[in-house]
Amino acid sequence: MNLGAYVDGIGVLGPGLPDWRAAARILRDAGGYRPAVSELPAPSILPVAERRRTGRVVRLALAVAVEAVRGAALDPAHLPSVFTSSGGDGANCHEICTTLAGPQRELSPTRFTNSVHNLVAGYWSIAVGAMRPSQTLCAYDASFAAGLLEALVGIAVEPEPVLLVAYDAPYPQPLHATRPITAEFGVALVLTPERGARSVARIEATVAADAAQALGDAQLEALRRGVPAARSLPLLAALAGGLPQVTQLEYLDATALRVQVDPCG
Amino acid sequence: MDRIPCAPLVLTSFTATSGVGVGNTATLASLRSRRGGLRPCDFDGVDVPTWIGAVDGADTQPLPPEWRRYDCRNNRLAELALGQDGLLERVRAAAGRYGPRRVGVFLGTSTSGILETERAYRRRDPVDGPLPADFDYRGTHNAFSTVDYLRRRCGLAGPAATVCAACASSAKAFAVARRMIAADVIDAALVGGVDSLCLTTLYGFHSLQLLAPGPCRPFDAARDGLSVGEAAAFALLERVPPSLDPDAVLLLGSGESSDAHHMSTPHPDGLGARIAIERALDDAQLDARAVDYVNLHGTGTPNNDRAESLAVLATCGAGVPCSSTKGATGHTLGAAGALEAVLSSLCLGAGLLPAGLGTTRVDTALGVNYLTDNRAAPLRRILSHSFGFGGANCCLVLGTAG
Repeated sequence: MNLGAYVDGIGVLGPGLPDWRAAARILRDAGGYRPAVSELPAPSILPVAERRRTGRVVRLALAVAVEAVRGAALDPAHLPSVFTSSGGDGANCHEICTTLAGPQRELSPTRFTNSVHNLVAGYWSIAVGAMRPSQTLCAYDASFAAGLLEALVGIAVEPEPVLLVAYDAPYPQPLHATRPITAEFGVALVLTPERGARSVARIEATVAADAAQALGDAQLEALRRGVPAARSLPLLAALAGGLPQVTQLEYLDATALRVQVDPCG
Repeated sequence: MDRIPCAPLVLTSFTATSGVGVGNTATLASLRSRRGGLRPCDFDGVDVPTWIGAVDGADTQPLPPEWRRYDCRNNRLAELALGQDGLLERVRAAAGRYGPRRVGVFLGTSTSGILETERAYRRRDPVDGPLPADFDYRGTHNAFSTVDYLRRRCGLAGPAATVCAACASSAKAFAVARRMIAADVIDAALVGGVDSLCLTTLYGFHSLQLLAPGPCRPFDAARDGLSVGEAAAFALLERVPPSLDPDAVLLLGSGESSDAHHMSTPHPDGLGARIAIERALDDAQLDARAVDYVNLHGTGTPNNDRAESLAVLATCGAGVPCSSTKGATGHTLGAAGALEAVLSSLCLGAGLLPAGLGTTRVDTALGVNYLTDNRAAPLRRILSHSFGFGGANCCLVLGTAG
């Protein structure tokens, strides 16, 4: 089993990583990384009514999706999509559990609607008018690799461009103590079956009994280990590096998704 | 790049546990005798006037002691279902046959074990207290919990994920697994859905004014909302062998789409549902006239049933017999797609077109051939519909091999 695709668009947003261009520069020269707070752009692609209802995790995910689709210069309405997240909207979950533990158990309809794990997929499809199939997956700390595998399988079965979006954000306390996600981090890739003018690299992936690759820079490694979506960082570093490379992304138990990255030069 | 065709798969084992029965024998007996599983809500102090489809024994089934960290209602329900109809043994045998790394696990859920978190919040100081020390987020709350548990419980080591598409989750799990097998990433998959009662969904649907005060009445002229249920349903999917019993149940196709309309109400014309049904028929290379029965999503809310009826009329027409088994089981949310795929599989084997329970006066304005009585007839092709929040739509095509 070897699954391949071209990477045509990349979106990144995390602490000190405000977009792909800046992230690529930092990942090439890791010594320059400083985990500063990154601003989340307003979700301007959403209709006003929906915009009011979205929390930070939706804005994070929509921001990286928009950046990746722009990079690939594709119409997002035509793209099937794969979303992956360990925890969905944790702040919303905290509010629901707090309300349900209190004397007045009245939930707001928006709180409940936003409690579904596929909320980002829903808002994205509304924002860009995408009626194509969309998946939302969760595999705890292996969520990014699970999403990448699903996207590559989708391309193998139905050769057409696919949008992959991975995102995670910290839970508020007290849940944070039981699931300490350390930062907001989102990443999006537009993957295509054929090489095009926008292709950055070809990737080929297989599940292997490998250990996950760590990053040399201590702060980037802390980010990778602190946020499930940031388990993508070794792949992003390989894409930024511009040289052929094999990287291992954390997957389930004692396995990794082994990804061969060959830049299109 | 050439397209890899998704071939049909055989459900070599399947089982359902819901409010109408633990395991297939009890479930089919309930369908045959029109015995519903809904009762007034008596769950966990919930003070909402509604009915529920609870599984007796969902909270008392012990987990093996080595897997104590996964102990919660959702995983107890999964464990209860896993022990029925020889499923656990069949899955372990598949792992032996193909190797543990070649068997995947793809399950749908909407709320996983969040009931544990709701209860943990009740046990903390509401101002700044931590959650109790015995609360295990990863083992219970996280959406991956049940997949993680069953993977270990069954001795599997292949690719796995929880498919989260609200009430379309576990139907989509079948589609995800089918693509994984087609791409030769795995040889077999444990698929299904597990969702259990919790306060989030009961108070949540109440906030949207979508709960029926009595038992739900899908497609009834006086339908007034849904009844929340819980269920665990599983199937083992494998490639079709050269020779097959004619009664074997096949997954012939799947179709998915997104409404791109609203987070919690369906497209008013049922457009997303229609696209999913058309894709499923196309995937199965099936003429709509060959569909013998449609197991509707049929939640019982005015908007959902109206939108779905438009999708049925546009694809299969007014004549195709259809019903919603949610009148019997309640809406089992993330487990509904898998539960209804297994109920459909049981009906294929039994030659039973099941009545939609609870419905006394079919809404003629909807224009579909809704069954209010059981009907015996040979069945070869069934569509099963699942639609969820976020505009997620999935249609499965199930059929007999012969």
